[in-house]
Amino acid sequence: MMKLEAIIQPSRFESVKDALREAGIEGMTVTEVRGHGRQKGHTEVYRGREYTVDLLPKIKLEMVLPDKLVNTVVDTILKTAKTGKIGDGKIFLSRVEEAIRIRNEERGESAL
Amino acid sequence: MKHAVLCCCLFVSLLAVAVPLPAQAPASTTPASASSPAGSSDASKELNDKLAQLDQKVAAAQSAGDNAWMLTSAALVLMMTGPGLALFYGGLVRRKNTLAIMMQSFAMMGLITVLWAICGYSLAFGGDGKFIGDLSHVFLRGVGVAPNADYSATIPQLTFMVYQLMFAVITPALITGATAERMKFSGTVLFMTLWFFVVYVPLAHMVWGKGGLLNAAGGKFPCLDFAGGTVVHITSGVSALVCALYMGKRVGFPKQPMPPHSLVLSFIGACLLWVGWFGFNAGSALAAGGLASSAFVATHFGAAAAAFGWSVAEWFKNGKASALGAISGAVAGLVAITPAAGFVRPMPALVIGLIAGVFCYLMVTKVKALFGYDDALDAFGVHGAGGTIGALLTGVFAQAIVNPIFGDGKPVGARDGNWGQVGNQLIGVLFSWGFALVGTIVILKITDLITGFRVTEEHEVEGLDITQHGEEAYYLES
Repeated sequence: MMKLEAIIQPSRFESVKDALREAGIEGMTVTEVRGHGRQKGHTEVYRGREYTVDLLPKIKLEMVLPDKLVNTVVDTILKTAKTGKIGDGKIFLSRVEEAIRIRNEERGESAL
Repeated sequence: MKHAVLCCCLFVSLLAVAVPLPAQAPASTTPASASSPAGSSDASKELNDKLAQLDQKVAAAQSAGDNAWMLTSAALVLMMTGPGLALFYGGLVRRKNTLAIMMQSFAMMGLITVLWAICGYSLAFGGDGKFIGDLSHVFLRGVGVAPNADYSATIPQLTFMVYQLMFAVITPALITGATAERMKFSGTVLFMTLWFFVVYVPLAHMVWGKGGLLNAAGGKFPCLDFAGGTVVHITSGVSALVCALYMGKRVGFPKQPMPPHSLVLSFIGACLLWVGWFGFNAGSALAAGGLASSAFVATHFGAAAAAFGWSVAEWFKNGKASALGAISGAVAGLVAITPAAGFVRPMPALVIGLIAGVFCYLMVTKVKALFGYDDALDAFGVHGAGGTIGALLTGVFAQAIVNPIFGDGKPVGARDGNWGQVGNQLIGVLFSWGFALVGTIVILKITDLITGFRVTEEHEVEGLDITQHGEEAYYLES
């Protein structure tokens, strides 16, 4: 099992979600987050006072996947989340030791 | 005979002048009564009675029309404080101080109303003193449906009283913009109570009250102030500056970003202010006649031109016209046109608005940054600066053709050739500045001694909603 975390542009989220559903992915957890990598922020001016906003809004997707699906999902996200501009985000993968479904205490990949 | 004919003439002319619509039907019967043998005293008496009845009906009709507009205006002016100003300011503060700043406006609706009823109205509009009214109307004694001919002969004094009350409510509320995000609630209540008696009431009497020092009609220095450029905006704006200087900057100002938490709220508030201002300015005609129309149009034009002026200035400077800039400009224009509304024609109103929009933009962005005071929501930059420029420009653009306040045929402002009026306006402005300045400093000292004025740093960081009121504007977990 692998855990996939993807930080993506909010404007790409709907396309990514739809593409993942078409690829047969059933579950995901989504959070609205703020942060920055290499992308610079922007400035806002309120009555002459200038603020640099360097933490930009992003969407974080989290899902735990059976090993056989990992490549499909990564490819799908790469294809649909890309705008080609700086600030498109990143994907992180890590191993997961165990998954447990709370309702019936199923364990392992069948709990996903 | 002569008497009867005279009566008939009067009767006909009265009908023609005062009640143009139903005039046709009765007018056709008058020649008959005139041609009939009118020598008998019975007929004469009957005619006199009818005439008296008609007089009453005409007066009642005018009173009904004027009163309908003035009650509407009073409600509109109240709407400027809550929700207008409360939303405008509420959106400009950070989320943790939303309810506190709204509550400071709302509290004035309660507090000032009570003070007004007890003795505020009497001290502002009773008697004919130079500096302050008297106690003839304490607890609203003698204030009933009969008009007060000193101020408004056609509406019940109750209407006049409640209309003026709405001005007294919003004026102190304006100050809270400068002290936002760091003023104690207890300090607010005490400060505003004192400020109402020491600054607002005397100045309202001096400018608008019978016999007042600055009263346009008969004062020593006749200062034109149609709806409160000096009394409302200069006093609140200058006091706001004094408070901001006395209090010091907010924790973290100017390094820490403090952007408005919801410009949507501010936007709604500003639009409500604009609409409410029609009651503020056009209502200041105290009647529903042509002067009200004139003030209504000037108000609207002033606001629009200032929104335009501020936006253009901002566009040049930042490359973008912001929503906050446009609504701030509109409010600045409304402030500046307030003293002028009932004295200027539509085109000068556009000019006043345009000047005020650019001027207040520079005050808020350049002058504030230059001196570094923390007028949090720009109560001084908009109301103090806009009120001052508006009061001076009133002296320039006031015209007898709009409002012959100094008597028929006498010039009013510089456009009529009376340049001296600009000097009178300057005296009014300087006097209001000085009066607000000194009064506020004294009150601040007293408030600081009794309740304190500023919250602790810890409370300021935590936010006034929780520390002053024990609640939150946005309870996101529920």
